[in-house]
Amino acid sequence: MRLRCPICGARDRREFYYQGSAVMLDRPGPDAGEVAWDDYLHLRENPAGDLEELWSHDAGCGAWLKVTRNVSTHEIKSVELAREVKR
Amino acid sequence: MRFSGLKVLTEGLTGNQGWGPHWRNPEPKPEYDIVLIGGGGHGLATAHYLAKVHGLTNVAVLEKGYLGGGNVGRNTTIVRANYMLPGNSEFYSHSLKLWEGLEEDLNYNVMHSQRGIINLVHSDGQRDAFVRRANSMCGQGDDGAMLDRAGVEKLLPFLDFEQTRFPIYGGLYHKRGGTARHDAVAWGFARSASDRGVDLIQQCEVTGIDVENGVVKGVQTTKGPIRAKKVGMVAAGRSSQVAAMAGMSLPIESHVLQAFVTEGLKPCIDHVITYGMGHFYISQSDKGGLVFGGDLDMYASYASRGNLPLVEHVAEAAMTLMPAIGKAKMLRSWGGVMDMSPDGSFIIDKTDIEGLFVNCGWCYGGFKATPASGHTFAHLLATGNSHPTTVRHRLDRFRTGRGIMDEEATGSQHNLH
Repeated sequence: MRLRCPICGARDRREFYYQGSAVMLDRPGPDAGEVAWDDYLHLRENPAGDLEELWSHDAGCGAWLKVTRNVSTHEIKSVELAREVKR
Repeated sequence: MRFSGLKVLTEGLTGNQGWGPHWRNPEPKPEYDIVLIGGGGHGLATAHYLAKVHGLTNVAVLEKGYLGGGNVGRNTTIVRANYMLPGNSEFYSHSLKLWEGLEEDLNYNVMHSQRGIINLVHSDGQRDAFVRRANSMCGQGDDGAMLDRAGVEKLLPFLDFEQTRFPIYGGLYHKRGGTARHDAVAWGFARSASDRGVDLIQQCEVTGIDVENGVVKGVQTTKGPIRAKKVGMVAAGRSSQVAAMAGMSLPIESHVLQAFVTEGLKPCIDHVITYGMGHFYISQSDKGGLVFGGDLDMYASYASRGNLPLVEHVAEAAMTLMPAIGKAKMLRSWGGVMDMSPDGSFIIDKTDIEGLFVNCGWCYGGFKATPASGHTFAHLLATGNSHPTTVRHRLDRFRTGRGIMDEEATGSQHNLH
């Protein structure tokens, strides 16, 4: 599997670190309560189709990427810089 | 039909004409007391114990594919009780004791082989951690012994003890650990459950879970609606899809774990060996193939096949640990879809929906748990109360933070357990 890093171009999967669901971009406030934090840290939609997820281009530019990938076929739908998604 | 030495002998002398199917293949009834979603090892074991221990036989197991076609037929067959944390410790101890009586219980040869497991030690810190673990294992009533380098060399002379990065200093020896024939475990439980009156319904996919006013009423399936007083979800890697039909979100991510087997060889590895530093473990099947595996592919996946970088990593670890393996040809590799939980421990609990129960989060350790998972889940379904060995395995432990069982202390990232 190759990911197309917006900065470095298409690179081998081995250059990237996998964090998990892109829900990690929506960190709740410190006082949001246990339900919101449970949602954020533990509960996952875990679809068998398209999933938005976070990868870090560890062995490349170091950027955090928001990747939309089909987790059954491994087809990459889009790769964006997380800092631009978050802006 | 009961299996016995005499039966094998008489069948052998009369052309093996008397062996029948091991289970019935019924059509679903319109209603059951209990419906189990998932005809894998854990679902079939649950059905067996519901019938045998609790006398509940108005039970159906619904399987969308064929019995035992998921992870129970894809794992690397290891059976052990070398956990440490309260909760897991007593549960896996309970499971190993069930394994030790399983063949008589099922009247089925599951080829349970207590050949011993050796976890290799490569540093002083790791030795200290394993001494602590061995003490915990003895404390829970099981066995654990430390081997020095000479002790490991005597049992496993073919390892590379002087490898540059991780020289071998010794090992943790769990003698009652070993392997079992994974398919036979599923088949044995299926046969026993079916003989006792449980309906095992294959090619029957659950497409909906009926809930009215917070109470489960039954399921919709590709073979029509089935009413049920209680429903147990035992769907491993597909747990999230099943729970979503009841409007639930689970603390689970599904990841693929690969396994590999070489061509059949003469007996050369007598034990199960784990090489933690290389995320590698290996044993030899009774057919002669060297069965081994490594880590997750590390990214979420429902594809029951793995990626090549991990194949390369596992092959490197194999060659580092045991250079002779380079002469064997790798015959097959495959993958299973793992239900990874945020603390690496499983969940057996009620849900907020009355009559709906969940059994999931086995990460990549579900096979050894098969008898106890079935035994304790049956206890919960039949009595409404958790079995003493699963009182800590609650669904809400992540929300409340009480009772997290994180064996590897990697925190709440699903793929790191």
